[in-house]
Amino acid sequence: MKDKLSHLIKNIGIPRITIVTLLIVIYIAAYYLGLNVPSLFSDNLVRMGMNGILVLAMVPGILSGTGLNFGLPLGVICGIIGGLISIEFHVTGLLGLLLAIIVSIPLSVITGYLYGLLLNRVKGSEMMVGTYVGFSVVSLMCIAWLVMPFKSDAIRWPIGDGLRTTITLTGYYDKVLDRFLAFPIGGVEVPTGLLLFFFFMCYMMYLFLRSKTGLAMVATGSSNKFAKASGINVDKSRLISTVISTALGAIGILVYAQSYGFFQLYTAPLMMAFGAVAAILLGGASAHNAKIVHVILGVFIFQGLLLAALPVANVIFPQGNLSEVMRVVVQYGIILYALTKAGGGH
Amino acid sequence: MNFLGNTLLELKDISKTYGENQVLNKVSFAVEKGEILCLLGENGAGKSTLMNILFGMPVIHSTGGFSGEVYLDGQLIDINTPEKAMEYGIGMVHQEFMLIPGYTVAENIKLNREILKDNPFSRVFGKDFKTLDMKTMNKDARTALDKLEIGIDEISKVDGLPVGYMQFVEIAREIDKKNIKVLVFDEPTAVLTESEADNLIKAMKFLANQGIAIIFITHRLDEVIACSQHVVILRDGGLVASKKTSDTNTVELAELMVGRKIEKLVSKEEGRDVEHAEVILSMKDFKVGMPGELVKGVNLDVRRGEILGIAGLAGQGKIGIANGLMGLFPAKGEVILNGMPLVLNNPMASLKRRLAFVSEDRKGVGLLLDEPIDLNIAITSMQVKNDFLKRILFMNQMDTVRIRKHAKEMVKLFDIRCTGTDQNTRRLSGGNQQKVCLARAITLDPEILMVSEPTRGIDIGAKKLVLDTLIDLNREKNMTIIMTSSELGELRSICDRIAIVSEGKLVGILKPEDHDAKYGLFMSGNTDIPVEVQ
Repeated sequence: MKDKLSHLIKNIGIPRITIVTLLIVIYIAAYYLGLNVPSLFSDNLVRMGMNGILVLAMVPGILSGTGLNFGLPLGVICGIIGGLISIEFHVTGLLGLLLAIIVSIPLSVITGYLYGLLLNRVKGSEMMVGTYVGFSVVSLMCIAWLVMPFKSDAIRWPIGDGLRTTITLTGYYDKVLDRFLAFPIGGVEVPTGLLLFFFFMCYMMYLFLRSKTGLAMVATGSSNKFAKASGINVDKSRLISTVISTALGAIGILVYAQSYGFFQLYTAPLMMAFGAVAAILLGGASAHNAKIVHVILGVFIFQGLLLAALPVANVIFPQGNLSEVMRVVVQYGIILYALTKAGGGH
Repeated sequence: MNFLGNTLLELKDISKTYGENQVLNKVSFAVEKGEILCLLGENGAGKSTLMNILFGMPVIHSTGGFSGEVYLDGQLIDINTPEKAMEYGIGMVHQEFMLIPGYTVAENIKLNREILKDNPFSRVFGKDFKTLDMKTMNKDARTALDKLEIGIDEISKVDGLPVGYMQFVEIAREIDKKNIKVLVFDEPTAVLTESEADNLIKAMKFLANQGIAIIFITHRLDEVIACSQHVVILRDGGLVASKKTSDTNTVELAELMVGRKIEKLVSKEEGRDVEHAEVILSMKDFKVGMPGELVKGVNLDVRRGEILGIAGLAGQGKIGIANGLMGLFPAKGEVILNGMPLVLNNPMASLKRRLAFVSEDRKGVGLLLDEPIDLNIAITSMQVKNDFLKRILFMNQMDTVRIRKHAKEMVKLFDIRCTGTDQNTRRLSGGNQQKVCLARAITLDPEILMVSEPTRGIDIGAKKLVLDTLIDLNREKNMTIIMTSSELGELRSICDRIAIVSEGKLVGILKPEDHDAKYGLFMSGNTDIPVEVQ
């Protein structure tokens, strides 16, 4: 019995037990502080679905040995461009979202390919290089957003040049996935479409990882030497993983945006990778190993913590400024914890 | 000028085990003042362990110490740290240079034994703040270098020195130690050119004449004859001979170094004639840039259906040949396989031409340590031959059922001890890991199977099973096998022919029943000394 228990703890990993306990404590605190727990939990489910695919984008990189994809903003930008094009042509509803995804995929595949070529030249420091590639491209795009030839009034500033900083999706595809087949249960609103899409993408990833190409990728990540000796083209495997990761980043931001209700341009994509990295690490992945279950668990607890901690902190620290500070402290605190305590579970 | 008859250092009944592995068994010998003693033995004979004991290296004491006694000048001494060894006057010239490239020759010679002088700071803050007395240091270094009659400038940086000179800086460092009594040279000539080696031997003789006892470890038999007074030969951790050099010759030394009983696992079979079989694989001027195992132009033909052994000392390039054929390290030259040229530097091309390889680097190249046994066995065939795949919708998927079934067969065939085919290979013992590697190679159904060091680090039972399997594959499936091994006995027990490699080149091809002395001579690169077969 004792053996089984310690085995179970080892399997789940102490970091995850700590974080899940913290999440439960915060939910209990929220209940006693008189907050609306069911609505908090619905938000938690929405946040899980909207961030899930961005977290899933971490999986190919980790498995192929390029590490955590800190260059995720590249994919995010491709996704946003796809989204803007669908607005430009004024396609609304699910069809609009679908068009955005279809347009963004070739864009992100090309970007991912070029980014992958770069990563193959900096083996060993992909994560550092990726971070700065993300930063530079986001900054470069700040100029590009100003000069892009979009005509739609929803996208452009009413006066002057350039695109708006936030572009609202109301009237286009705001919450189309969230509302698809949504149903309430015990005060909790379940965003069925959103979750279904997330789990579908997870399943596709699961299938891919069991395909010939996917297994070659996993072998590359486990041991370059082994992969080479098995006739696997190591560089090609890494390239494929980067392309997939970037494409998932693009799809991920579109799903995120439809739920959020806005596209955010300019510097908004800058920090997109960090939340995704923190979530998958919290879920139990390491820089070398990740499973789909890490994605699902990680995104749920990470977003849950961020979401629930803020109102609770608001009540405990009523001074206006302090709660915002607390939110940032909690967010980066969790990321730091995730980075230091990564791994442990199997 | 000899001081023969003065025993300086004596080792008595030295035994050492690593775990259950006995690496030294009651080795005793003595060195006299002013004598050059050669320590001879194959890789793994126990030379390095013996020297580690003499230097009190931590690796000895962290693995349970050793038994036996060491006497210096008739006194029983206890060397438990390298510092202690230095205090007793035992010095060592390393095979890999332990020099700091950015320092001058003098600074390297005086490293950690710097001569210090006072300055105002040091008077206040203590001796850690003393200044280096470069003048005296340079002078001492000059004296040491002059002793060796070598014209290196003591203030030049070590960076730009030729390899041969670096060796002399190492030696100068040792003889600069005022109390040096015993000096060990660990294969110093391995990296030197012939003329540099001659210089070195001259220097050694000079040092011996000063009354220093020298232990010289080498593989080159002619050097033994040229410089030493005494030869000690180790084999498999035991002392096999201790002889005056004047009483012996290279042929005898070679025989003693290699000699072992050969258990022929296969008896001469009627009708087995691989010597006249067609050539299946032919290498011409084949070069491989594998670090530490450079192949510098090998011409070798492999015949269909034979078991070809590749033997040689460590670092001479025997390992490089198979690695080069598989495209794992940059290779050049011409390789003809089945009458068609083989595309080099492309592992997939080699695999598609039905070459398979069991690497000597089991954990790095041979296995995915964090993946289960069944996937390890199947993955290469999946990548190369699209085996073990099924279609689901538009994607191909691994066929778990078939992979598991195949793995189960292999586990049974090889008697792989595991909790199940889903166990990660990291948790398997060395022998079982090796069996998984072999199973993976066989799953490819190769025409030529190359195995490197197939029995290194595995227990006797597994060894026998691995060798038996190789023979079975060869006899039943007519698989051509190229086996590279440091274990000469093993090669001679199953091979049809054995190619000996030295300094990156093929020295010659021997038959397993050839004389021990011939093997010894070939391995040290000598082919011109005739061996009389008794």
